[in-house]
Amino acid sequence: MADLDVLYDVVVVGGGNAALSAAITARRAGATVLLIEHAPRQMRGGNSRHTRNLRALHPVPTDVLTESYLEEEYWDDLLRVTGGRTDEPLARMTIRASQHAPGFLRDCGVVFQPSLSGTLSLSRTNAFFLGGGKALVNAMYRTADALGIAVLYDSEVQHIVVEDGFATEALITHRGFPARVRGKTFIASSGGFQANREWLREYWGDAADNFQIRGTPYAQGTILKDLLAQGIQQVGDPTQFHAVANDARAPMEDGGLAMRLDCVPFAIVVNRDVERFYDEGEDVWPKRYAIWGRLIAQQPDQRAYAITDSQALHNYLPSVFPPERADTIMELAGKLGIDAQKLERVVADYNASVQPGTFTPMKPDDCRTEGLTPPKSHWARRIDKPPFYGHPLRPGITFTFLGVKVNDRARVMMADGKPSANLFASGEIMAGNILGQGYLAGFGMTIGTVFGRLAGEEAARHARN
Amino acid sequence: MQETETTTDARRQMEVCNSCRYCEGYCAVFPAMAMRRDFTAGDLTHLANLCHGCKGCYHACQYAPPHQFGVNIPATLATLRLESYAEYAWPPAMGRVFERNGTLLSLTAALGIALVLIGVMAFGDPTILYTAQTGPGAFFRVIPMWLMTSIAGAAFGFAIFAMGMGGMRYWRGTGSAGGRFSPAPVLDAGVSILTLRNLGGGGHGCNDVDDAFTSQKRWLHHAMFYGFMLCFAATTSGSIFHHVLGLRSPHSFFSLPVQLGFWGGILLCIGTAGLIRLKIITDPVPVARQALGGEYALLSLLFLVGSTGLLLLGIRHTGAMGVMLAIHLGLVFALFLALPYSKMVHGVYRSLALLRHARETRAAKAANP
Repeated sequence: MADLDVLYDVVVVGGGNAALSAAITARRAGATVLLIEHAPRQMRGGNSRHTRNLRALHPVPTDVLTESYLEEEYWDDLLRVTGGRTDEPLARMTIRASQHAPGFLRDCGVVFQPSLSGTLSLSRTNAFFLGGGKALVNAMYRTADALGIAVLYDSEVQHIVVEDGFATEALITHRGFPARVRGKTFIASSGGFQANREWLREYWGDAADNFQIRGTPYAQGTILKDLLAQGIQQVGDPTQFHAVANDARAPMEDGGLAMRLDCVPFAIVVNRDVERFYDEGEDVWPKRYAIWGRLIAQQPDQRAYAITDSQALHNYLPSVFPPERADTIMELAGKLGIDAQKLERVVADYNASVQPGTFTPMKPDDCRTEGLTPPKSHWARRIDKPPFYGHPLRPGITFTFLGVKVNDRARVMMADGKPSANLFASGEIMAGNILGQGYLAGFGMTIGTVFGRLAGEEAARHARN
Repeated sequence: MQETETTTDARRQMEVCNSCRYCEGYCAVFPAMAMRRDFTAGDLTHLANLCHGCKGCYHACQYAPPHQFGVNIPATLATLRLESYAEYAWPPAMGRVFERNGTLLSLTAALGIALVLIGVMAFGDPTILYTAQTGPGAFFRVIPMWLMTSIAGAAFGFAIFAMGMGGMRYWRGTGSAGGRFSPAPVLDAGVSILTLRNLGGGGHGCNDVDDAFTSQKRWLHHAMFYGFMLCFAATTSGSIFHHVLGLRSPHSFFSLPVQLGFWGGILLCIGTAGLIRLKIITDPVPVARQALGGEYALLSLLFLVGSTGLLLLGIRHTGAMGVMLAIHLGLVFALFLALPYSKMVHGVYRSLALLRHARETRAAKAANP
């Protein structure tokens, strides 16, 4: 049980994988640890609750990873998705340390499984948690409990007092009551600000009201804002976020992975004004799914509609909410609430431009359009096999890129360029150091685990001295 | 299988699961789900009976209550299983007994004991119930052999027949009956049944009580199942001793029938008592409350059959043997009567579900090597 009168060696702010990795590592190094989680117990774990796997370097096959995945290939993958917006020394350090992340998590009680199905085939590069992220979170809290880490649920840290680069105490609300927490060191692992609509509105205006937050509603960015306001260096573009094509009928928060739609490469996608706006078949879905959220966010009313037919229906995973279905394009447009004549014309123009080819669903094929703007470069087949299907889409935001700058010991960097003496960060709150834009599947959990362990180790060492 | 509120809710949840698939590593339910895109009531009943109630998927679920999707597969599928027991019972009119199963099972047990006691007093000398009986044929002085075997045999025979009919109705009602017989899926299903490999989330255990992984339920079920089988073997070997070898009971402690029955009884008591304990202490959310009465009643009945059998062994040379024999046989009689109308039918439907799953898995592999 947490005792708020105690001076803890390490106070961890947050309750996801990055926080737990830090807390467990610090406790194992002999420190007394308090972990403060904003969510109630049942909803604990931040965005980690919705994750599924972690990307790990491995020179030889392991029981959960096939073939090999080496530093250069990992780095190339990261360089490609970030377009160079990364910090090479930090990134390479993370990539190297990722080799030991699965072992660390296994020591925390996490069980891995081989990947069996699903559309994104990642078993070579990513280790899958049996049961997904919530099972991981459960196992880590169980380990934390066994180690004697004090945990506060339903408690939000609102302010960490930082003076001359030195953190002294935290002001929190604990089950609605204000309280103070004293610590020798502090680790901020409290995520991004994607669930804070007011903040998103600063950059996106009213459009922010139409963004679905895929993950935890507790990612309010309170500590991120607090630290940036106290002169800690900022990284990442505050206007940027990772977002996917979500089902428009998904809950506005916490809908999780199952709300994403994988139909785009096998469909044509139109906006509210029934105009196509991007090449749906540009590349295989695992390499393109992360750009579609932003594309839809930029459309009027942040709305889009994916149109497919009975031929394409079985090429993608079933959606939780069934698509609208009709025997004619005209009728389908009516059900979707968009201009019917215009949709008929868009589909007819598309059908007329489709070139003959051999359809192969999992890799770029030669089914493409000719003379269409924008083109559909792959998987272009005529949409003419009724019944027709329409999936309404909205942007689903996973996380924001804004963060605090850290060094290679997970210490946050102050405005004067010096690292803080006793304030550390791990997880999404600092992921922008390495991931300036784009995303690699499972890399968020890798950053959280690697920097969580680093922060825990450093904090415990500092507290002992 | 007809549409009910439960099938509607199970379908809604399965559509969430089929888009998520994080639980594919836990048990056969999720691979079986992934082979489908639309879920008929029959499909859902099949999935419900494949579910062993390990609760791994509930504790791992990002959509479990208090999330608004409220996905609770173990409780929903357990409720659907209970409905399927009622739906496929034979004769169909008997399906209603699953509604208040705990009460009915308890009444059957009481009735069984009363009938045997009254029968003994009516057919023979009541004082035999209170006086010590020893030597070969001691038991049959209390209850004549012909009566014991004919009543128990009739009840057991009917139970097997009714459960067989239920199994046939289930098989036809939950999917296509077709396809040629082949031994490989039968072997797959047999291994699954005898090892309970689906109770264990890939080998590291179930969420028996909370989100911690243990193998208690699996081992306790093994103790109960194999204990029951040993008791069955004890009865069979006893009748071989009687009819073939001409050896009359009571047999010595180290004889085959008594050894089988003794260890079987002990395992049966450990298994049933342990499973009752787990039901009491487990997290109540992923549990179907409607099913609990019948489950407690059947576990208790099995425990009483096992424990009275052991007591009978302990006191068989004393004057208490007569009453204890009547109680033990009354409980066995009640168990046989209740078999097709109790949780016991899960053995039939689960086995058939595992067989259907093994066939589907092999067919899918053959089509998609």
